[in-house]
This record gives sequence, structure tokens and C-alpha cells, in this order.
Amino acid sequence: MSQSNRIKTGGRIDRNKPVSFTFDGKTFQGFEGDTLASALLANNVHLMGRSFKYHRPRGVLSAGSEEPNAIVTIGSGKRSDPNTRATVVEMFDGLEASSQNCWPSLNFDIGGINNKLSRFFPAGFYYKTFMWPKSMWMKYEEIIRASAGMGVAPEEGDPDTYAVKHEYCDVLIAGGGPAGLSAALTAGRTGARVILIDEQNEFGGSLLSDHGAEIDGKPAMDWVDAALAELKEMEEVTILNRTAVIGYFDHNFITAMEKITDHLGPQDSNDTPRQRFWKIRAKQVVLASGSFERPMLFGDNDRPGVMLASAVRTYINRYGVLPGKDMVVFTNNDSAYKTALDAFANGGRVEIVDTRVDPKGPLVEQARSLDITIHTNAAIVGTKGYRRLKGVEVMELNEAGDGVKGTKFHIGCDVVAMSSGWNPAVNLFSQARGKLRYDEELTSFVPDHCQWDNYSVGSCNGTFTLEGALSEGLEAGLKAAQAAGFGEGQSVPATPSAPEVEHGDMRTLWYIPMDRPLARGKKHFHEFQNDSTVADIHLAAREGYISVEHLKRYTTTGMGTDQGKTSNVNAIAIMAQIRGVSIPQVGTTTFRPPFVPVTFGAIAGHDVEDLFLQARKTPMHSAHDRNGAIYEDVGDWKRPYYFPKAGEDMHAAVQRECKAVRDSVGIMDGSTLGKLDIQGKDASRLLNLLYTNAWSKLAPGKCRYGLMCNEHGMVFDDGVTTCIGENHYHMTTTTGGAGRVANWIEEWIQTEYPDWDVYATSVTEQWAVSILNGPKSRKVLEKLVDIDLSAEAFPFMAMKECHIAGVPARIYRISFTGELSYEINVPARYGLHVWDALLEAGEEFDICQYGTETMHVLRAEKGFIIAGQDTDGSVTPMDLDMDWIVSKKKGDFLGRRSFTRTDTARTDRKQLVGVLTEDPNVVLMEGAHLVRELKDKPPMDMLGHVTSSYMSPNCGRSIAMALIRDGKNLKGQSFMVPTMSGKAHKVTITDPIFFDKENKRIDGEPS
Amino acid sequence: MNKYSVFSLVRNAMSYHENWQKAWRSPDPKKEYDVVIVGGGAHGLATAYYLAKECGITNVAILEKGWLGGGNTGRNTTIVRSNYLWDESSAIYEHAMKLWENLSQDLNYNVMFSQRGLLHLAHNVHDMQEIGRRGHAIHLNGIDSEFLTPEQVKEIEPTINLDCRYPVLGALLQRRGGSARHDAVAWGYARAADDMGVDIIQNCEVTGFDIQDGVVKGVETSRGHIGAKKVGVVTAGHSSVMANMAGFRMPLESFPLQAMVSEPLKPVINTVIMSGAVHVYLSQSDKGELVVGAGSDNFVSYSQRGSFDMMDHIVGPLKELFPFTSRLRMMRQWGGIVDVTVDRSPIITKTPVENMFFNCGWGTGGFKATPGSGNVFAHSIANGELHPIAAPFTMNRFNTGALIDEGAAAAVAH
Repeated sequence: MSQSNRIKTGGRIDRNKPVSFTFDGKTFQGFEGDTLASALLANNVHLMGRSFKYHRPRGVLSAGSEEPNAIVTIGSGKRSDPNTRATVVEMFDGLEASSQNCWPSLNFDIGGINNKLSRFFPAGFYYKTFMWPKSMWMKYEEIIRASAGMGVAPEEGDPDTYAVKHEYCDVLIAGGGPAGLSAALTAGRTGARVILIDEQNEFGGSLLSDHGAEIDGKPAMDWVDAALAELKEMEEVTILNRTAVIGYFDHNFITAMEKITDHLGPQDSNDTPRQRFWKIRAKQVVLASGSFERPMLFGDNDRPGVMLASAVRTYINRYGVLPGKDMVVFTNNDSAYKTALDAFANGGRVEIVDTRVDPKGPLVEQARSLDITIHTNAAIVGTKGYRRLKGVEVMELNEAGDGVKGTKFHIGCDVVAMSSGWNPAVNLFSQARGKLRYDEELTSFVPDHCQWDNYSVGSCNGTFTLEGALSEGLEAGLKAAQAAGFGEGQSVPATPSAPEVEHGDMRTLWYIPMDRPLARGKKHFHEFQNDSTVADIHLAAREGYISVEHLKRYTTTGMGTDQGKTSNVNAIAIMAQIRGVSIPQVGTTTFRPPFVPVTFGAIAGHDVEDLFLQARKTPMHSAHDRNGAIYEDVGDWKRPYYFPKAGEDMHAAVQRECKAVRDSVGIMDGSTLGKLDIQGKDASRLLNLLYTNAWSKLAPGKCRYGLMCNEHGMVFDDGVTTCIGENHYHMTTTTGGAGRVANWIEEWIQTEYPDWDVYATSVTEQWAVSILNGPKSRKVLEKLVDIDLSAEAFPFMAMKECHIAGVPARIYRISFTGELSYEINVPARYGLHVWDALLEAGEEFDICQYGTETMHVLRAEKGFIIAGQDTDGSVTPMDLDMDWIVSKKKGDFLGRRSFTRTDTARTDRKQLVGVLTEDPNVVLMEGAHLVRELKDKPPMDMLGHVTSSYMSPNCGRSIAMALIRDGKNLKGQSFMVPTMSGKAHKVTITDPIFFDKENKRIDGEPS
Repeated sequence: MNKYSVFSLVRNAMSYHENWQKAWRSPDPKKEYDVVIVGGGAHGLATAYYLAKECGITNVAILEKGWLGGGNTGRNTTIVRSNYLWDESSAIYEHAMKLWENLSQDLNYNVMFSQRGLLHLAHNVHDMQEIGRRGHAIHLNGIDSEFLTPEQVKEIEPTINLDCRYPVLGALLQRRGGSARHDAVAWGYARAADDMGVDIIQNCEVTGFDIQDGVVKGVETSRGHIGAKKVGVVTAGHSSVMANMAGFRMPLESFPLQAMVSEPLKPVINTVIMSGAVHVYLSQSDKGELVVGAGSDNFVSYSQRGSFDMMDHIVGPLKELFPFTSRLRMMRQWGGIVDVTVDRSPIITKTPVENMFFNCGWGTGGFKATPGSGNVFAHSIANGELHPIAAPFTMNRFNTGALIDEGAAAAVAH
């Protein structure tokens, strides 16, 4: 029968908008305004999932984000959302939901065998077994893994997009119930910038579920509507519904997740993001996040149909659904009587089981006056039914409440609405590292103090009356605004009247006893999702896992997707009882973000695909594309790796490029090199600090190579720095090291030498750099510049400012190949123009575009190092045989003090050498090791590793560099290089310069 | 100690599990011990265990200010591997690996050590050179290592996006690598150590050291003075605080390091995956959660929570490398305090105070070393001289310059 549990009228659903949806393939009807849970309940479907460990049938427990049981998968394929709480899924036409963690079906689940065997699977059973035979563990584990987990991961290729928004505000209000709305009103009225956030589709919080609540003599929802209308008129107030505040970090940094299209179903276009992640910095925060009702821990309290009393009331009043016709309300307080009255008023048959000996108060009296049966001093000791609740067994409690007496009697029912009191939702307050206090009267933890500026108001502060919530909200909103500098002199408006019937005292029984000892036949679940029971807590205590963290970790309490919202306090209380200590002595576990689970997609936001770690491209990139470059990722840069011609593989291209450069002329894009403009009176002082060599006497227009060491004397970057003018230098770094060097400089000048007059500005992207290399470089360049390029007029290691192809340039005559070379720097916007002009000018010399790999080979032929490849943070300048670059005369510099440390001063450290294979055609794998003695199998004594290895066309053979222990003394000796496949190559250690040892080529061909 | 087995489980089920013994006692502290271990994390517990088991010293107390395993033991991403670059590192992590391989049986406590394999991805030429070097070094040290092609990576992890920003060019696989159940390691060591007579004293904070003429004589605690012939300090992120109490400085910086888990899923990730260039690491727990981590915060702090900023830097790479995670939800994010040395290698050392030993500086990667660390530290304390495997890790290396620079050389997340 369709929607047999739907009440004829009422509720906040839109009965004019019927929708159709499926659950496990079966089609049902509901209304817009329903949640999946309310629509299923309307159709009298309670069984919505299976539990994690015992695969017990489970129905819906709550009506909110604390739901541990009704966990389903929404959608399918690429739009599948596993582990979704049915209680927060807004209904739309065509919604597709399916159950999880069951096979072959929800109704008949083979995994249910675990329940039959549950006696052998108490908390932590896996620590005690699966150890024999040892070799079987991986098999056991495979089975454990397959039966654990919940939903199935979606297919790759999420079609939806996500957004991120950064915001600042004066007052952020988390929660839009009566307390939060009140705070928003007083804060908003001051003109302060306010952001009001609520998790639900509608504002009103608990009032949405409350039938008959009044404010100022009118229905409470009228007040909510008026408040919202007023807030919407306020320019500085932002109102966010369907948005959960999930994180509260230091300095009032708040994160929240907004659901934008989830309630509409899959969208055809992804113009609108599915979800938006908010990052908000708030001067003041008002927490109005409400409270969670506690379940009663009675025998088999997990049967589908056993629900929280407040949830039942929500389904009745908000969704127009009476979850069952025959209801037993099981309570220790008055609040659940409202549920009984509402159910009764909507045609339900209701009985009440109350733990209290003599409940009194207006609500109790009202129930009595309606002839609702109230069993006082009584408790449910067990339930009937497996896939759906069929009835409860009730007994009288003893005086202490720790046992039962008398005769057990049965009440047939299909719903239990239970309430064991309330826990303020202190999650966000605790995330902020606020300290909690245990309130004996409320039997729950409430906020105490916090280092950040926030106010807890309403039921999350332990204030459970409507008038109290309104009053706290109004006051906190104004206070917060005033603390943020608004509303000076304003006073708190009078609290609207919201009379509340008086509530009697509670009789909190953390554990509901039964007519037999614990763990005999029935389970008292405190943690529903993970199937953790009161008996498990006893076991943990018995075995010594008594710290609250051990309790959590041993029994998995609070480790479900609800993170213990309904279970933690109950578990702590039971542990306190067992240990005979107070509840605060047991304490709570740490509350962590997120308050509700948040999609990774939303956190990642826009920064995905092309926008994820965006590729940096040089001004000449379009030319490289045009010219067929293959790229290499270097840092974030895309650099041309090589430029293959038709039919060429990488090897052929690189061999051709290497030859062409040395035979004629080549051109490469050097724009990615790190560049820093250094100015100030202490500029040369800074260089003297950073580099190992001396810089005081470098004349304007002159260049010098330098090595940078860290404090340990280990090389970490290198480059050429040029004196541009008085107190003005242009520094270059490696491409990958640019950021590191810039940070390094800032660290020193900001923290150690703040008094120095020196500034280092990154200009990497301001200059485009075309590098000409090869004997014919001068002939190409002279066609385009307005200066004398002769070796006399423009010698090696000099810089000239001039014009090239009509644009201003700085040309550096430095060389990373040993050839005549010009590094032509022009403002970035001219880069492409100059590149193309050089290509055209070089055409008659067969100018060859080359990439990074050819650069690597050419520099290796000359024995030039690449910092980061031939060094690794454990190499000194001396290890590189570059003693000449370490000044003995100048004062202190970074790394100097370490050169005298005993280990650093050793002369048999790993040193850079050349390595030549016996077979000239063998190119060693970079990273391969030389061994002192080749053995049949490892271990073998390693001498060091090959850092660079190439086939060199200019040497006509393979060449390699290596860092070898005591390498300088091993030159001329032969060793073996074993490969992973078991082969080995014979090599000889040599000098690392393989080509043009005499440096004859540096001036190229004269023009 | 009643032995854990499938039989004891069945037997106890018959009596409704009401006859299980305490996993460890909770004794009052004695007046004096041969060795006091400060810090009840897994490294400290392992130290006590091996002192009792291998060194014959059972008059040992472990003092823990909170709960056992409450520091980084219970907060890490549980990765176990021994594929380190330098010989010194290889030696200690492989020593640990060999102990891991028998640990459940040794402790009679299933620590769920799962050798599901560990992949280090290489995303650029520099990465390829790095894994090339490390792979060879590990291999030549007699430890398993394999190079994989991108296609082989895809076979092992079908959900990976090989063509991501910085495409996967290859990987280094250690088949013996994997993960373990972190809490169980602490509890298993505690139970086994207790069984040999070690006193485990929780909620006992060390507030000072009793040092006379440069020799440690005991510790001051929230439960009074406890005499000690030798003291081993194993307090991770708070080691520099301890050293300060003892009157010397420990070259450590303490940073928050964070991790997070998704909601639980049916098996989808088969190994442990680490990516330096895209910067994220990932595995799936036996419970089904994806366990995700990456770098530590950029600032020093004793706050046991990670900054949001760093979380941002973890999630982007996660989605890039494993696009299916987009619609999954993060369930919990947390942090711990890691004690980081300048060379990213630990400190196992004698100190300026006689008979006082420190074991710290494990930084972001201490969990995997737990058995090895405890083992060599126990021998070092017992003999008064550093165990040969521990010797290179002395704090004196910061004077001599004999650093074991895993950070600079490998540049990978631990």
C-alpha cells in the first residue's frame, strides 16, 4: 500500500509535488520536502541497512546527520554516493537509492551469519586470533577486508564540479534554530557582517519538528518566518541553508560545506557546482548547534522500528509520517511525552514505559488525561522481531535501577520511541579546543571555556527551554557584534515570551537491566553502526582498556561515520559505572573535524585537472608547441625535453641535437631558470653570505658562478650572478630550486639580518631567456644586435645591455656547454618575438632547437654538475673537486663552520668522478651502484652511485658521473656495476671531464 | 598470561567472555627500578619488552603521562617499509621489518601486520633518478625492491590515474612493505612486557629528573619520586621538553603532522601508495577507510591538530591521483606532534647525563621502526653502549657532521 504511514494532513512536505523514487530497485512514492528516510517510513519501510560487523537488520534511528543506521548508496556509476545517511537526503523525483553491506539482498543477507556467531566475535576478537598458521594471515585478512567496509566506491570520473569560497565576517552563527536566529537578529541589526549557517534545507531547527510551540502567542514558525524576513533585508547578512559547519580551527577559522544541487538530483550541465566549500575567518562565533538525543541501552535495542523519540516527533510533525501504528515510548524524562502526545493525536496507539517511579508534570498529566497507559518504574528488557520490531518485553525496575523484578509482560508494537536525555552538540566548541564541564543535572557535557571568541547558545549550551534559547541567542548575538566593533550602546531586546510547560526530573539509567545477566542472548547496543555493545565495554574494562581512548579504539565506539554522536556519552557513562568513577573522570575522546563527513571533491574545489598545480609555461611555449617539442616536468614548469623530427625517437633526437650544437649552433629556452633581482647597500654582503666564494670585487657588467651550501656545508644550489650596477645584482638559480633559494634568502635576511639593506625580488617570470650555444652563435646573434660581439669587446663572463631585434635585452656571455654561448634575456613579453627572430637568423646555419636532455648531455661532457642530480644534500664543494670555489679569505658564509667538522673534513668522503664503461655502447642506469666486489647475490659493499649517465655523440661513447667513496683516489681503477636483473657492467673511474678538457671552444668561431 | 588463540576465544565465548584477564596490570610504582622508560608509546613499550626478553632486565617501569599509545603510535598512518636509501637507515628499518614479520606470533597478539606491498611513485625524471638510486641501494643491501612500469602500477592499483599532473613514469615496489594495526602494537607489547614483569604505569607524568653529579638517579613524577639506575626517554614530540628538564638541548623541532580517513568502503586500494611529487600517501585500512596523509605543517607547534591549509594540500593530490575519491567523504582528520631532526633520521643516543638515554627524532616515520627501534634501544640501555645498528644515530653526529640525510637525498615523505 502506498504511503500507508502518511498522515492525512500537516507537515512541511509539499503534497502538491509527488515524487517517485526507488530503493533497491523497487519504486515508491513520496513528496517534495521528504527525506529519503521519511519517504521510506511513509511507505512503512523501516529496514534500510545492515550493520557493519554482525550484519544485523537496521532501520532509521534519528532524523538528522547523527544517523548511524540508515546508511545507503545514492545514485549509481560515476554519480554513486556510498555511505549516505538516508535521514539527510532530500527527496527528488527519480532518486535512486540502494542498500549496502549486504548480499545477496537487504532482506536476506548471508553476512547475517556473523550475528549467529557473534558470541565469538566480541570487541577486539581479531587481536586474539588469526595468528596460526602465520602464513595464513594474508588470506584471513582478505576475508576480513571483504566483509568490512560499507559502501562500494564510485566509478572514476565524477561528472560534477565543486566550488570553494573564501569569506570574512564579524559574526558567524552556526545553527539556525531559535537560538541561532535570535543571535543573527541582534548581530545583524548592528550592521555587522553576519553569516548565518544551517545544515538543513529550512531554518527553524527544533521548531520545525515541534507541534504547538508558540512565541509571543503565535505559532513559533511565524516567528521564524518573520526573523528570516528581517534578516534577508539586512545587507550585511548572508544566509546559508543546506550548509554544515564542519570545522572550527584556530583563530576562528571556520569551514563549512554547502549542498547546492544534491537536493535537485543529477544535473545535466555542470555550470552549477554540486557543492561549495566555505572557508570563513570570523571575528566572533556564535555556536547554536543544538543537541542530540540519547538512545536507551536495552536488550536488542537495534531492531528496525526502534527510534529516538525526537526523531519520531520530527517524522510526525515535519514530514507528516507516523512511523508505526503501535508505539511504545520508552523514556526517563518528560520530553518524550511530547512524542507520545503527537503520535496519539495522529491516531497512533501509544503506551509509555517510564523508568521514573513517579513521573509528574503537565506533560505526564496530559498523557494520563488521554488515558495513555504509562508503565512507571519500568523498563524494556527485550524486543521481538528481527527485520522489523514486533513488540517489547517490559519489567518493573528495582529501586537502584540496576535490576528488574516482577513479571515480564509483552506489548505488541512496531515502533519504540526512546529518550535517555540529551547531549548538547558540543562538537564544534570542542574542535576549537574548548573545555567541557559535566553537568550533573543534565547528565551531559556542556561547554565551559574556550580560548577563541565564541558563545554557545541554546541547547548546545545545555539550555533546553525555548525562551532560554531565544534569550541566550539575543544576548550573544549583540555581544558578539559589539566585540567585533558594532552596535555600541545598544542593549539586548526583551526576549519574546515562549512559555514552556515544566519538565519533571530525569531518572537516568545508563544501562537498562534485563531479567538475566548482561550478554546472555540479547545485545545492548550503544554504538549501532559498528555493533559495539555494553558487554563490549565490560570486556574492555575487564581487560584493562579503561582509558576513554582505549575504550574507543578497542571497541570501535565512536569510530563509525557518525563519529559517536549518539554513542559516546553513553559509552563513557557505562565505563564510569564499571570503574566506579565519575563520568568526567573518564572524560571524552577528542572531537575532530569534520562535524559531518565532507566530500573530498568539495575540499579540492576548483583546484582540479588543469587548475591542479597549474603548469607554468614560458613565453615561448607556443613556439615549442608549433615546433613539435616533447615536454619534461621540471618543478611546475613544462620544459621542452627534446624536439624530435619525423621518425625520430628520443635517443635519435638527442644525439642529433647534441651534435648540432657543437658543430654549428643550437638554441634552447632558458626562461625557467630561477632569477632574483638583488638590490641594496648590503647586496654584496648577502652574496658573500650565500655563496662560498667572494663577491665584493665583482665589477658591473661582470658575471660569476657560485655554489650555495646549507649550514651543514652541503651544496644545495648553484648559478651565475651578475653585477648589474652599484648595489644591484641579477642572480640565477636552478629551475627546480628557485623557490627554495628565494625562501632561503628571506629566512636569512628576515630572521638573522633584518638590519641589512638588501632586497631580493623574484623576477623569474619577468625575463624570457633564449640561449644560443655553439661555435656559430656569434654569427647568428650579430645579425640582430647593436653591439660588438667580438671576444675582446664582449668576453666570457660578461654582460651587455643592448637591443636585439628591436627590443631591449641583457645578454650574458656564460656557458653551460663549454661552447660560445649567449644567454639573451628580454622582458617576458618580447620572448616569443626574439625566439622567432633568432630561429630565422639561424636558419642559414641550420640552427637546432634543443631541449633539456641535450643540455644534460652537453654539460656532462664537460663535467659540469647539476645541483640536485649530481649532488643530493650530502655533498660538499670539496667532494665535487671544487675546492677553488670555497674562499679561504673572506669572512663567514653559510656552510663554512661545517667544513671543519670531523666527518665533513674527511678526505675519503663520496666524491664526484667520471665513470666509463668497458663497453662504450653501454649506458649505465642512473642510480646504479659501483660495488667493491661483485658477489653472486646481495648484500654487496657499495662504493657509490651513478648520478648522470648518457650516450655522448661528441665523445662517441657513453659517459657517466658518479659519487664514489674516496673516488679521487680510485681514478684509474675498475669496478663492477651490478644491475637489478643480475647482470653486471665493468667500469673504470676517471676524471669527470670528457670533452674539450682544455676549454678551447669557449670563444667559438670568430665572426 | 592466558594465551590468545582461536581455542581460547571459543572457550571464553562459552563463559560470555567474563573470564579474560587484564591485558596488563596497573601496579603502583616501586621505589626503584633497574630501568625506567619514560613514554608509553610503542617505541617505549617495545624497549621494555626487549629489555625483559632479550637482555634479562625485568625490573623495568614504563611511565606514561596519559594512555598507552596515545602519542604518535595511535595517530600515524601505520605504514611499514624498509626501503631507505642510506645503509645506516636500511639496517635499522630492515632490522625492524624482520621483527615485524614475526611480531604477532612473538607477542601472541595479532598486530595485523599486512605485507600488502608499498609503491613509491615516480612522476618526473628526478623522481626516476631517485627511485633508481634507492632501488639499487636497497637491492644491494639485500632488501627486496622492484622497479615497475606505469602499466605494472596500473595492474596493481586499477583506480590510479597514471596520466595525472606529473604523469606516473614508474614506481619502486617493496612487496614486504605494508601496514599494521597501530593500537595493537602498543597493546601487544604492553601485554607481553607486563607478562615478563615490567610495570606499566599510566597517568604518571614525569615532571623532572633526579640527577646527582651528572648521573641520573631517578625521575620525579606526578606519583612521586621513582628511583632508576638507568633512564630511557622515548617521548617523540616532547623529547626536547624532556631534554630541557635534564639540562641539555636536543636538536629537534616539533611540528604538527596530520592524517585523515574517509568513510569505510569495500576493498578498493590494494597497497600502500606514496607519491612525493603529487604529494600524498594513501592506503586502505582493514576496516575499509582510506587512510590519507602527507606533509607536516610549516610551523612548529605542540598542538596535536593539523592546519586546514595542509589538509587542502593533501586532498587536491588525492583527487588528482585517485579521481574516484571525489565523491567520497572525509570522516575524520587529526594530528600528532612529530619530532624532526635536521637530517630526518632518528636520534638514539647516550646523553650528557650518565645512564640517561634518548630515543627520539623519528619525525614523520617512526611507526615502521617500532620493533627495531625498541630492540636496539633496549640493548643499548642494557649494555651502556649503543647497539651497532643504533650507533650511527647518536646525537654526536650533529657535531661531527656524519648526518644520515634521508630528507635531502630521498626527498620523499616517510
